Amino acid sequence: MEWETVIGLEIHAQLATRSKIFSGASTAFGAAPNTQACAVDLGLPGVLPVLNREVVRMAAKFGLAINATVAERSVFARKNYFYPDLPKGYQISQYELPVVANGHIDIELEDGAGNMVGKRIGVTRAHLEEDAGKSLHEDFHGMTGIDLNRAGTPLLEIVSEPDMRSAKEAVAYMKRIHELVRYIEICDGNMQEGSFRCDANVSVRPKGQEKFGTRAEIKNINSFRFVEKAIDYEVERQIALIESGGKVVQETRLYDPDRDETRSMRAKEEANDYRYFPDPDLLPLVIEPSFIEAVRATLPELPEAKRRRFVSEYELSPYDAGFLTASRELADYYEAVVKAVGAEPKLCANWVMGDLSANLNRDGKEIGDSPVSSAMLAGMIKRITDNTISGKIAKEVFEAMWNGEGDADAVIDKKGLKQITDSGAIEKIIDDILAANPDNVAAYRSGKDKLFGFFVGQAMKATQGKANPQQLNELLKKKLSG
Amino acid sequence: MHNKTLAELSAGLAAGQFSSVELTGHFLGRIERFDGSLNSFITVTAEQALAQAGAADARRDRGEAGPLTGIPLAQKDIFCTNGVRTSCGSKMLDSFVAPYDATVVEKCAAAGMVMLGKTNMDEFAMGSSNETSFYGPVKNPWDTAAVPGGSSGGSAAAVAARLAPAATGTDTGGSIRQPAALCGISGIKPTYGRVSRYGMIAFASSLDQAGPMARTAEDCALLLGAMAGFDPRDSTSVEREVPDYRAALGNDLKGLKIGLPKEYFGAGLDPAVAQAVQAAIDEYKKLGAEVVDISLPNTGLAVPTYYVVAPAECSSNLSRMDGVRFGYRCENPKDLEDLYKRSRGEGFGAEVKRRIMIGTYALSAGYYDAYYLKAQQMRHLISDDFKRAFEQVDVIMGPTSPTVAFNVGDKTDDPVAMYLADVYTIATNLAGLPGMSLPAGFVGNRPVGLQLIGNYFDEARLLNVAHQYQLATDWHQRMPHGFE
Repeated sequence: MEWETVIGLEIHAQLATRSKIFSGASTAFGAAPNTQACAVDLGLPGVLPVLNREVVRMAAKFGLAINATVAERSVFARKNYFYPDLPKGYQISQYELPVVANGHIDIELEDGAGNMVGKRIGVTRAHLEEDAGKSLHEDFHGMTGIDLNRAGTPLLEIVSEPDMRSAKEAVAYMKRIHELVRYIEICDGNMQEGSFRCDANVSVRPKGQEKFGTRAEIKNINSFRFVEKAIDYEVERQIALIESGGKVVQETRLYDPDRDETRSMRAKEEANDYRYFPDPDLLPLVIEPSFIEAVRATLPELPEAKRRRFVSEYELSPYDAGFLTASRELADYYEAVVKAVGAEPKLCANWVMGDLSANLNRDGKEIGDSPVSSAMLAGMIKRITDNTISGKIAKEVFEAMWNGEGDADAVIDKKGLKQITDSGAIEKIIDDILAANPDNVAAYRSGKDKLFGFFVGQAMKATQGKANPQQLNELLKKKLSG
Repeated sequence: MHNKTLAELSAGLAAGQFSSVELTGHFLGRIERFDGSLNSFITVTAEQALAQAGAADARRDRGEAGPLTGIPLAQKDIFCTNGVRTSCGSKMLDSFVAPYDATVVEKCAAAGMVMLGKTNMDEFAMGSSNETSFYGPVKNPWDTAAVPGGSSGGSAAAVAARLAPAATGTDTGGSIRQPAALCGISGIKPTYGRVSRYGMIAFASSLDQAGPMARTAEDCALLLGAMAGFDPRDSTSVEREVPDYRAALGNDLKGLKIGLPKEYFGAGLDPAVAQAVQAAIDEYKKLGAEVVDISLPNTGLAVPTYYVVAPAECSSNLSRMDGVRFGYRCENPKDLEDLYKRSRGEGFGAEVKRRIMIGTYALSAGYYDAYYLKAQQMRHLISDDFKRAFEQVDVIMGPTSPTVAFNVGDKTDDPVAMYLADVYTIATNLAGLPGMSLPAGFVGNRPVGLQLIGNYFDEARLLNVAHQYQLATDWHQRMPHGFE
């Protein structure tokens, strides 16, 4: 039988506020346990939550960026359950009335024949909630340690429609959301620190069947690679189970990257009844239309629009445009280079996507930490376009700039890399080479065209690569034809 | 000194007739002498009180004293007090020393008031007789066989017996007004949002409101002025200026329209209490007020609505008492589940557990719509009753409680009978309105309370209406025997 996979994702994006969602404590990562938890985060008797205005702005920004409705009235609710790292015995979240509803985002996938095919993924809702603390089982023999630094960290939970049909689509969607939240600067996207993670709801059904199969929820996946592997594993597990006469049960599963498998955490029968009800400590969240408009005015150009503009304005391929807009910082860097050079957007793109990206990758640096600034790269590209250096020499210049030896002009000057464009000088060098290699000259003239490369090589060697390649070619041809 | 009102004490301190240290010492002495029989305090903070009194005297010497500077008061043990045990009347928090001050505590201290100690109360404010306290019942100073009412029974008894000139209380369904009535003192529950709830251990967050308890309406006006005000730490507190509650006390009552809801005078009301309330209303007529018969048709829904809403909220509010971070933890827990079950099972008393069970049930999947949601709808109906009534009248009057104080042990086996003790006070909490109780006579030796209900943020009028009555009567000046 042919099977179809159905996937929905719940993404938790940690909002990049300085203080927590309901208290003034810091959200900075990595502090000593329980040093960033105030009375409110600890859930002491008598304390009350006060909503951080910044999270509302961020949620509204996200809503606008996915063409969703930003609710004029939404409600915080309590999700009640007992766990040691949940200080109040309930999590403040949004349940019936979320702040963002009915949005969408477009993904693109290669169709197997080399064509990019677009697909729209619905975003059912996005709601604000507080994170819980952390239970530390390893460090305390026979006991559990509780670190409440993370308790009260603001999260935006982004819930998709069950619109994805493969692990690849799920990853593409997750990447798009990841790109977007960083673009609009509401989340740092750091997956290792848990700032961006997801739960995947996965089910399978016979192709053509309308009714969804029973789904399993895979919790807390924190990398794109693991999302793909976890879903692939889970799909195979479910199909194998059904085909061998079994039944998928609705349950929560955990993905174990070491063994590359998902394991059951708890079945639905054991699931909590969370007894949601509106939190009486917080008034309904009312967002005025004027606030939404003010937020709209702060929206940057979004990735999708930027990609389209890069294709039309800079005549880049969709692939190049996609690469360069993968982050706002990279796109800004690229545009700064193009602007400073004033021409050759494709050449600029090649340098950003080529040597620059390779070096960033090699050294594990972000674009913001690049030792070669956009102005420096532009300065160097200008020297290519005005024939001061060749593209080949430019690679040497770029490495020198990367290593902190100054800007392109300084490097060219110091290392004497300026291209030789004086035809007299080049002619002189050619004459010397022809005189020193009479046999090869004779062979060339008798029809061994391939020897042309030999003469170019000799000339470049003699000039340490600095001869203007075009001039050299022309002059050499003229001289050899004799 | 202990027979003086706050206003008189304020004048005495200002005139230098006595110092705050002397005054505080006097009340500490009375607590020492009389509280053994009353049990109105859980914790007496004598040392801290005398230090605060010294500081208040020094402040006065510098010419920086306000009207309440140097005046002692008792804080209900529901308010967090930095460095002092804050038990909320529960074994669960017997070991809990709060690391911060509630806003109310902070504001009283900022006014220069001296905290004598923390008063006894029903466990987590759940009760109408003070019998659910882990620290034992409080006795009514008028008759030690009787309960003082609850949950602010310790505050009411301490003020009635002159162990403190004033005290704070909290009122979720009548917990200021009912004990004020049963102990013959004055107390006001302000509009929801008038006084900050920050640092006040939550029972039912949408109903809880703190207020002053004192012997006179004027004293309540003084103390409420210090307690009230917007607090950025409480999202439900209202950003609205606090009026000078004493300014309007002297207004006469000519033309005041008093509404008498027929539902507050029906079956269940003790005829002797009805008689005392009627006499008070006759007194108001003499003062120039006009009496209008009104109806609050959904009054019968108040108690059932309350006993869904309040337990639902408390079942969630009390989840933080889990034995993990503070408070009671059972001995040698086997595992996490055992830790939760035994810490909560051993730490909470029967009434608290009953309400947690009711509330958990009401919020459960499949029951939420039938109970919690329905209760919220009923709440709207109850509020609408009052809204219509206040289109017709200025204040609503009736009994605070259907009976005078009952005997200790009388209702402990019948929770529903106990719940009905709050039948007249609960609706104002559900609507968020201000309500007040003031002494209006006796049945035998047990006091009767007259309840006034006002429109939103109309505390100044309630205090004015109460004050004018107290100028014409002396019920509020009566003193229980044996506490002279």
